[in-house]
Amino acid sequence: MKILVAVKRVVDYNVKVRVKADNSGVDLANVKMSMNPFCEIAVEEAVRLKEKGVATEIVAVTVGPTAAQEQLRTALALGADRAVLVESNDELNSLAIAKLLKAVVDKEQPQLVILGKQAIDSDNNQTGQMLAALSGYAQGTFASAVNVEGDRVKVTREIDGGLQTVDLKLPAIVTTDLRLNEPRYASLPNIMKAKKKPLETLKPEELGVSTASSLSTVKVEAPAARSAGIKVKTVDELVDKLKNEAKVI
Amino acid sequence: MTILVIAEHNNAELNAATLNTVAAAVAIGGDIEVLVAGAGCAAAADAAAKIAGVSKVLLADNAAYANQLPENISLLIAELGKGYSHILAPASTNGKNYLPRVAALLDVDQISEIIAVESADTFKRPIYAGNAIATVKSDAAIKVITVRSTGFDAVAAEGGSAAVEAVAAAHDAGVSAFVGEELAKSDRPELAGAKVVVSGGRGMQNGENFQMLYDLADKLGAGVGASRAAVDAGFVPNDMQVGQTGKIVAPSLYIAVGISGAIQHLAGMKDSKVIVAINKDEEAPIFQVADYGLVADLFEAVPELTGKL
Repeated sequence: MKILVAVKRVVDYNVKVRVKADNSGVDLANVKMSMNPFCEIAVEEAVRLKEKGVATEIVAVTVGPTAAQEQLRTALALGADRAVLVESNDELNSLAIAKLLKAVVDKEQPQLVILGKQAIDSDNNQTGQMLAALSGYAQGTFASAVNVEGDRVKVTREIDGGLQTVDLKLPAIVTTDLRLNEPRYASLPNIMKAKKKPLETLKPEELGVSTASSLSTVKVEAPAARSAGIKVKTVDELVDKLKNEAKVI
Repeated sequence: MTILVIAEHNNAELNAATLNTVAAAVAIGGDIEVLVAGAGCAAAADAAAKIAGVSKVLLADNAAYANQLPENISLLIAELGKGYSHILAPASTNGKNYLPRVAALLDVDQISEIIAVESADTFKRPIYAGNAIATVKSDAAIKVITVRSTGFDAVAAEGGSAAVEAVAAAHDAGVSAFVGEELAKSDRPELAGAKVVVSGGRGMQNGENFQMLYDLADKLGAGVGASRAAVDAGFVPNDMQVGQTGKIVAPSLYIAVGISGAIQHLAGMKDSKVIVAINKDEEAPIFQVADYGLVADLFEAVPELTGKL
């Protein structure tokens, strides 16, 4: 079976982002970019399914600027067989991304599509669910376990109250949560090999998708700063402050 | 302008997040209707009818909606939602699961996890794990929105007397089935709604040591949470995780024990009214957001604190 894995190029999770002085967005100049951590988990899961003999081919896809080829090469180094870049320099919203991915799904006909549950830049948590709706597929979001059994997949999901397991008809969409797996690092020989793997570039127009959006960003601000309080020396002092100063107990 | 709020419930009872979501609808302004979709969920619909400010409750009681399977429930909401100006759902794992599907079916963008309403079409939402707050404007005909509960004070659960109207529409996409759930059982308050939260981090060293926090929590009537590090290390289950990708909490009092204070954790608790940090590392970033910091060995300080309350 073929697996499509969607990945996103985002600010590295270790970078502390700063809001631009003109409030037009966050400052991304000269900031380290990486594959979204949830997408790394998605790639890892696909690779494990291939190692188990469940998957036969892994196609990595991203929607983004030319530079997003770096993240596709990372996916190839981790074990994807080939890659597709849907090239766009615009900052696209989840619905537009989902429509572009739907066009790629139509072309590639995968049995399983694995995505990260959210990107750590926009924190939207929408794309996988939207792709599932546009494709008419079932979805297993926030996955902590994925088991393919014949033409079905059982997905255990992290939900507010604990864990939930659903049984989905393939083809299906899975979005990854943190504890699905621990992604591997790419080895140097695999990074070298990845440079020779095929990478196809498509334009949104070629896929016949309009990426117009109804959303606009008015401004981006830094959150209200929380200043450090005081250090108390003893538990007694802490209890006193909580009772008599903060009055919360 | 009529707003549709999707109720969060377990068929028998409404989840408190529904009240915060109605509060966001009140801030937008207009008539507010609530959809209760489930199986054997008449009791939840009756509770929704009592919420202050609600003008009508739609009750979709059908086996296909029993476990809130998103493939089924999104078809229902997309069908009903066409007549509304806004569709709001709590940003719970459930709301986050089905609502983007609804948005895609209606061919509109979704606005995730709003924390403030500026006007009927303009909202504030955190991005980059809460390190920036974006103000976004939507020109969509139907605004599909998830609401972060901590951003809105709950409306009164009593005081309304809305009519309950049954909705016949039955949608079963036939592509998914519910297998089972393992829900954490606890007598302590739910994290999201607790007035006091006690959380433990990697400094707790193991799951057994969390008993100390349970003892402290029971003295305070608190819910118990954990950092991602503690969950990843297997000390406690995932549903206890507070942070960017776990639960977002904003209690009156948050006590962080043995938590260093990674950005991802702060994103989940920094709107708490009063923050206490107990950590033996005085350089830990958690002290930069704590109102009261105690640099101490938690294994001594926590039992002492419990004893003195």
